[in-house]
Amino acid sequence: MTLKVINSPFSEKQVKLLNELLPHLTHEQKIWLNGYLSAPNAAVEVTVDEKEQKKPLESKTITATVLYGSQTGNSQSLAEKFSQQLKENQVDVTISSLADFPTKNLKKIDHLIIITSTHGDGEPPDNAIPFYDFLHSKRAPKLDHLQYAVLALGDSSYEYFCKAGADIDEQLKKLGASPLIERADCDLDFHDDAQNWFTQLQQELLKSSVKMDSIQNVSTKTQPSSAYDRQNPFQAKVLEKINLNMNGSDKETYHLELSIEGSGLAFEPGDSLGIYPKNNLALVTQLLNALNFEKDTQVKFDGKTESLLSTLWNRAEMTVLSKPLLQKITNFTESERLAELLANDGWKDYVIGRDLLDVVEDFAPFTWTAQQFVELLRKIPPRLYSIASSYEANPDEVHLTIGRVQYDSYDRTRFGVCSNSIAEEIEIGDTLPVFVQHNPNFKLPEDPQTPIILIGAGTGVAPFRSFIEQREEIEAKGDAWLFFGDQHFVTDFLYQIEWQRWLKEGYLTKMNVAFSRDTEQKVYVQHRLKENAAEVYKWIEKGAVIYVCGDEKTMAHDVDVTLQEILAEQGGHSAEEAAKALKTLQQQKRYQRDVY
Amino acid sequence: MTQKATVQPPQGTPSENERIKQASNYLRGTLKESLANSLTGAIAEDDQALIKFHGTYMQDNRDERAERQKKKLEPSYQFMIRVRIPGGAVTPEQWLTLDQLTNTYGSGTLRATTRQTLQIHGILKWNLTKTIQQMNTVLLDSIAACGDVNRNVMCNVIPTQSQVHQEIYDWSVKISENLLPRTNAYHEIWLDGEKVVDTRPQEEIEPIYKALYLPRKFKIGIALPPSNDIDVFSQDVGLIAIVEDGVLAGFNVSVGGGMGMTHGEETTYPQLGKLIGFIKPEQVLLTTETILTIQRDFGNRSNRKNARFKYTIDRFGLDWLKEELEDRLGFKLEPVREYHFDRSGDEFGWKKGEDGKWHFTLFVQNGRIKDFEDYPLMTGLREIAKVHKGKFYMTPNQNVMISDVAPSQKSRISRLIKKYKLTDGAHYSALRRNSISCVSLPTCSLAMAEAERYLPSLITKIDEIVEEEGLQETEITIRMSGCPNGCSRAAIAEIGFLGKGPGKYNMYLGAAFNGERLNKIYRENVGEEEILKELRPILHHYAKERLEGEHFGDFVIRAGYVKATTDGTNFHSK
Repeated sequence: MTLKVINSPFSEKQVKLLNELLPHLTHEQKIWLNGYLSAPNAAVEVTVDEKEQKKPLESKTITATVLYGSQTGNSQSLAEKFSQQLKENQVDVTISSLADFPTKNLKKIDHLIIITSTHGDGEPPDNAIPFYDFLHSKRAPKLDHLQYAVLALGDSSYEYFCKAGADIDEQLKKLGASPLIERADCDLDFHDDAQNWFTQLQQELLKSSVKMDSIQNVSTKTQPSSAYDRQNPFQAKVLEKINLNMNGSDKETYHLELSIEGSGLAFEPGDSLGIYPKNNLALVTQLLNALNFEKDTQVKFDGKTESLLSTLWNRAEMTVLSKPLLQKITNFTESERLAELLANDGWKDYVIGRDLLDVVEDFAPFTWTAQQFVELLRKIPPRLYSIASSYEANPDEVHLTIGRVQYDSYDRTRFGVCSNSIAEEIEIGDTLPVFVQHNPNFKLPEDPQTPIILIGAGTGVAPFRSFIEQREEIEAKGDAWLFFGDQHFVTDFLYQIEWQRWLKEGYLTKMNVAFSRDTEQKVYVQHRLKENAAEVYKWIEKGAVIYVCGDEKTMAHDVDVTLQEILAEQGGHSAEEAAKALKTLQQQKRYQRDVY
Repeated sequence: MTQKATVQPPQGTPSENERIKQASNYLRGTLKESLANSLTGAIAEDDQALIKFHGTYMQDNRDERAERQKKKLEPSYQFMIRVRIPGGAVTPEQWLTLDQLTNTYGSGTLRATTRQTLQIHGILKWNLTKTIQQMNTVLLDSIAACGDVNRNVMCNVIPTQSQVHQEIYDWSVKISENLLPRTNAYHEIWLDGEKVVDTRPQEEIEPIYKALYLPRKFKIGIALPPSNDIDVFSQDVGLIAIVEDGVLAGFNVSVGGGMGMTHGEETTYPQLGKLIGFIKPEQVLLTTETILTIQRDFGNRSNRKNARFKYTIDRFGLDWLKEELEDRLGFKLEPVREYHFDRSGDEFGWKKGEDGKWHFTLFVQNGRIKDFEDYPLMTGLREIAKVHKGKFYMTPNQNVMISDVAPSQKSRISRLIKKYKLTDGAHYSALRRNSISCVSLPTCSLAMAEAERYLPSLITKIDEIVEEEGLQETEITIRMSGCPNGCSRAAIAEIGFLGKGPGKYNMYLGAAFNGERLNKIYRENVGEEEILKELRPILHHYAKERLEGEHFGDFVIRAGYVKATTDGTNFHSK
């Protein structure tokens, strides 16, 4: 791999020097240098270098990013050809398809060359769609620093000739980027027009002097403290909401992207985001009817006077029952059944799968006023979700992976409060009250070289997306092995194409999957662990840190048992010793769990 | 002769596919590793080219592509297996197995193709091996059903001339077997070293194909005049059976037909085969093999768009080919014998063969076999297969013939046909009965426009005009392909459509009803509204002024709507 500004933490000049040096080192020299740099006193040397970096640099290396959107391969082959010619002219070229280009890098590059065809009725080709959509979305950044050129391929017998290229050109201009040369629209016989365009482009590019873009130092270690917290949540705008499961799945898993721009909120991989949810409006309405209260009645709750409807909808908890709550309710009803439930342990069964509406229906009549009623209730607690993105990679965003909870109980469909509000009500552009919940017990190892084993099923994979995104951003070299499970390969492989890319690029070393409903016998992550027992053990011996995220009672428990078995069998220990060894790993923070 | 010495295959960098074949160790590639990778439903890129030689295409449901990309899922990769069925014949047992396989592992439908095979679509990677193994238990394989090799050998399906038909059918099977790749890769990869029923020891070399196989696909078919149902002139090698005094005398040999082209590249074009002579039956294996090896040695291996045999012949000339062939054969071809074709479509319903057995040709719209609402086609064929003692033939027009029904069985089969509402298509217009479309969207990766999912509704609209003009019983061939590669042989349809983009087609008119003339571009890039607007006055004109027995394709030329295409090389000129 050649070092580039966008794939490494180095400046242009450093990249150039390194690229001159690295290819000519012998194997022994590389090993020596590796040791030299990792020795403690090497840091001093590096710091010295950093000082130098702050001086204005003069560099003659021109960098350019060539991206193509291609349906039949024409754009791609042109892009490859032109890139080659630029390279021959000492331009440092990065080439990829529009789909493979991380859009966040738009801010980092200075020359962008796009070659794209137009497909169907003026649509961009498949592999240009994500980029195209991003450019036209609210999240598209200002691109005043960017110079660009667009080559559009098309077929003039279509109404929307070269439209995709034209749209991208126009949008880049709107975002503040300046064209190096005019866009060229090429027909089926594109060769000559494309070549002329390129000749012109190359002249412009080579004569353009290198501007010293002050590349912002993103990785500031100490995060500024935020004005927002649990008590004072930030209203985060929803930028994206995607149901990750395909039709035919039994599941609905929402990928949510929230903007925290300007909030000062910061987080690390492993942290969670708290969301204050709203209750289900239909349930609130049913409850009001059952209570026979006017929805507009003003009540005071938690220091704030509002309508009963608004209080129940936005602020009071009504889906979770507890013994104290039921006890308080006995003061307002003659119901013998309720008294009986509380007298013996009957309330324990009663509270499972029931909510306040059941209580009101089951133990009427009541003597309470609306005010007395709300005074019995708790404030609605926030729901915590493991963050699925890296702050270093996307400092203005938080990504979440939220599974919709829904089940039938006592002849009524029950809805998970937050997940259903997100599934049903929240739209892109809406805001959610959020805060960051740090989780120091679920943290990547300090040393990025340390191998990690990640085990998660369903939404339990969320923090691991954050882990790997982080390790990509900081170019961590340590091995990473992910075990993921869900129901069906075709519909439920959460973040599939992202894992595939990380595997290809080496940020993920290995991945094993278990899709429980695809085979006659159900297969889960712990079975995959067991199948790989010898190698898992080898990784643990090498110092790997094991992370488990997901459902505590089923998945996490079974994984725990399996890990003990692996330690026992592979290490030749008794079951007791193995259990102890696992405990020790836990104490050493080499076995961390985020389970719920 | 001096001319011959100067002939050289086109030079240039070998195409990507040539590199893949070269590196594949006789079609093995990394297929085994690809199948074992559980993180993707796809196979490695090179293997996607190689798996075709094993009769399988990797596809994805394109309807879902954008949605899946948004959901961060890879495309819904799936595989289509095309069975090798020379001459289109399967036994009831084989039929039942394929029916069960598509319902277990596939999309639950079968697709009869224009080359008389059956395709199972929608098979996930994890189920491919099981499917192919179960096919093998009833002696079906998919070797060379796709890829740069000789494809499924076609053979006329004639219900009446049973004796000659049996003979030419046998030849189609022999040609197919003679030109099979000899590599063991298929058995190794799919049958897993499992003992196959036919256990000839096979050398790890390809005596006919050599390591690089052919530059491009290669197609052979046998026609029996007066029926040109297999479109003999669309084949790389077309054999026209000549029957004299009720006996098969031999075959006229046609070379260099092929349908595919590329939009916007006029150096590519559909072409009809040209006759070079007559051979005796016993010369047919050697002749077809030798023609194939000429294409192997002289075809274009650097540009796949120009690699079919038709371009090789047009490049060097028919005389060169004939000379090269006779040189290699060591004997001269006899002069072409007389023959006459009157049609390329199927004849439907019950027909009696010379041997006294009965044959029922069933109309299957676009070859799609499934249970439709109120029309349990797939169930019906399954129930028939359970009791049928003869064979099923896939016709070259994507219909199905229930064949070799003993007179004593006829009423039983008839009752089942009636019970499951299977149809000879008589209540449809003759236009619909003569329609063909390729599969196209959503599974074909080449498709630019709809075909199978659209043509039926377009015909319903054209049928309104047909009815107004009283042409319901006038046979007109109408064919639609979703791209210009021509699987539906649309370039030899009296009304042809080649997909250009969503809802847009190039419209062609004027091919011969019997398949002896290509059509000509009439309107470019038209949608449904324009298609109907264009067809209405022409059909009206035809209904009013056609001569006795004049076919639509001939009429549009006489009336000046299009010029006749006299050769593929002038297909594009207007």
